[in-house]
Amino acid sequence: MTSSAKRVRMPADGTSAAWLFVAPALVLIGVFFFLPVVAALLLSVTDFDIYAVASASNTRFVGLRNYATLLETPLFWSSLRNTFYFAVVGGPLTIAVSLGAALLLNAKLVRWKSLFRTIYFTPFVTTLVAVAIVWRYLYHTRYGLLNYALSAVGVAPVDWLGDPRWAMPAIILMAVWKNFGYNMLIFIAGLQSIPEELYDAANVDGAGPWRTFRSVTLPMLGPTLLFVGVITMIGYFQLFAEPYVMTQGGPLRSTTSVVLLMYEEGFRWWRMGYAASIAFVLFIVILVATLIQLRIQRGRA
Amino acid sequence: MTAGTGNRELGTDAARSALRAARSPRSHPPAFGGHPPVPRSRRFRAILLYVALILGALLALFPLFWMVSASLMPTGEASTYPPRVLPSRVTFEHYGALFTRLNLGRYLLNSALISLVVTVLSLAVNSMAGYAFAKLRFRGRDGLFRVLAAGLVLPVQVAMLPLFLLMKQLGLINSYGGVIIPGLASIFGIFLIRQYAQSIPDDMLDAARIDGASEMRIYRSVVLPGIVPILATLAIWTFLATWNDFMWPLIVLSDESHYTLPVALANLVGEHVQDTELMMAGSVLTTLPVLLVFLFLQRYYIQGVMAGSVKG
Repeated sequence: MTSSAKRVRMPADGTSAAWLFVAPALVLIGVFFFLPVVAALLLSVTDFDIYAVASASNTRFVGLRNYATLLETPLFWSSLRNTFYFAVVGGPLTIAVSLGAALLLNAKLVRWKSLFRTIYFTPFVTTLVAVAIVWRYLYHTRYGLLNYALSAVGVAPVDWLGDPRWAMPAIILMAVWKNFGYNMLIFIAGLQSIPEELYDAANVDGAGPWRTFRSVTLPMLGPTLLFVGVITMIGYFQLFAEPYVMTQGGPLRSTTSVVLLMYEEGFRWWRMGYAASIAFVLFIVILVATLIQLRIQRGRA
Repeated sequence: MTAGTGNRELGTDAARSALRAARSPRSHPPAFGGHPPVPRSRRFRAILLYVALILGALLALFPLFWMVSASLMPTGEASTYPPRVLPSRVTFEHYGALFTRLNLGRYLLNSALISLVVTVLSLAVNSMAGYAFAKLRFRGRDGLFRVLAAGLVLPVQVAMLPLFLLMKQLGLINSYGGVIIPGLASIFGIFLIRQYAQSIPDDMLDAARIDGASEMRIYRSVVLPGIVPILATLAIWTFLATWNDFMWPLIVLSDESHYTLPVALANLVGEHVQDTELMMAGSVLTTLPVLLVFLFLQRYYIQGVMAGSVKG
């Protein structure tokens, strides 16, 4: 910076101009996001229900009763379990596939990188509702192509979306397909920022591919891995559209997620106070899971 | 890592050529044939890599391919055993039914209208705020920014119940506004712009100020041209996200005439689950616009995702 530029102060109206620039965004985010979040906390300690939707005067303060009810409701616990199943199995699986694809695309021997990259990224930009419906047909017990392909190797037909044991794995498989492309891009960017000299050194040391991956690639990817881990997990805890479209939370509630439960309680039965307590439990779960990941990463470094 | 000084002496032909290839600039070394010393193991590895890559590409594209193929099949053909991959004859009757019987043209327009309006307006709102957070000094700036950053941890679903009640108060249930307004400002968007705008040289802004340009004028004629690449990325991101959004439109739009395509499609599958070909045509119609936007503008989009994510 030149010395003359340093001397230039912002004009007197600089501050008010700055406020004009941020005001629209702050008002919108404040009124339509932060305010509702605070209101949700208040809502969760009331018995706000369908009568209150008609007239807000039918609302009473109930303290932590919604939360207490929640803890005694088996459906809540199973929705929490299903959501964890999806996040804890689906998240790492998605990250593993993303990393694998990124490593393939980062290999020096490969040409047409951008073509493959575009192809792998395509599922991510599709409309979730539309491709969930497509997968619903691919999973069809009788006419679905997945069972047909499996029958070629002697596997008996699986009732993917009708069997409580298989419905969640089926949703996870679809989610991996849909989402791995995004993480893959981030991994590719991370891989490209690893200095070439480290690989040369490993090469000179006679390290094989696996050893190079363990002692060069993985440690250098640390921050990227953390970023990908956190955003994938936050996204996966919010599972909603897949079960809504593919299974309606069934069979036997085996795919009912926390957000789906919140939606049903809040917007189908209008038990909004109760639903707000579910939303807050979701928030706490995501917060804790994020902190744990940050802690693990810090412990490694 | 082991420090193998001894290995350096070994220097087999293969290792040396591998090293040479590794050190050569990032251009693609020839994978097949041609150049003289391509060791057999390298060629074998290249073949394995391509087999894996092509297999992956087939898996990534197959569901989309089948969606298009089934949408062109005569009624009933997608529900036969053994399942068909290609239509026996191509028919567009299901697309016709979507527009005549099922009113999907209306939902297509709704989706396009909402997505375009949100994209244009949110670009203005977020770029102004992102620029101000990056380059303008005002009291409480950093504190405010930290509050926004904390908001990123809050799942949007937490806000949805009270937001619905707020929208009801404002009379925005069942209106385009109910979907558009909450989408107009995004913390993520502000972050992205701020990060990019920080690279605008202060000298340039100060020079414009000395020339007597107003802050609004500086934003329009210095800042905006300087952040075009990230604006392009954010525009595509916002358009895709708004088009694909499902949960909030599902909540706030209960009257059919305002449905967006994903909401209409989820509704349709309840009644027409047996009509596989029809549902696939609906799925194509829903996802084709975003696929086209992506394919034509992917350069800006992919670069932006890669750049934004790593630094962030």
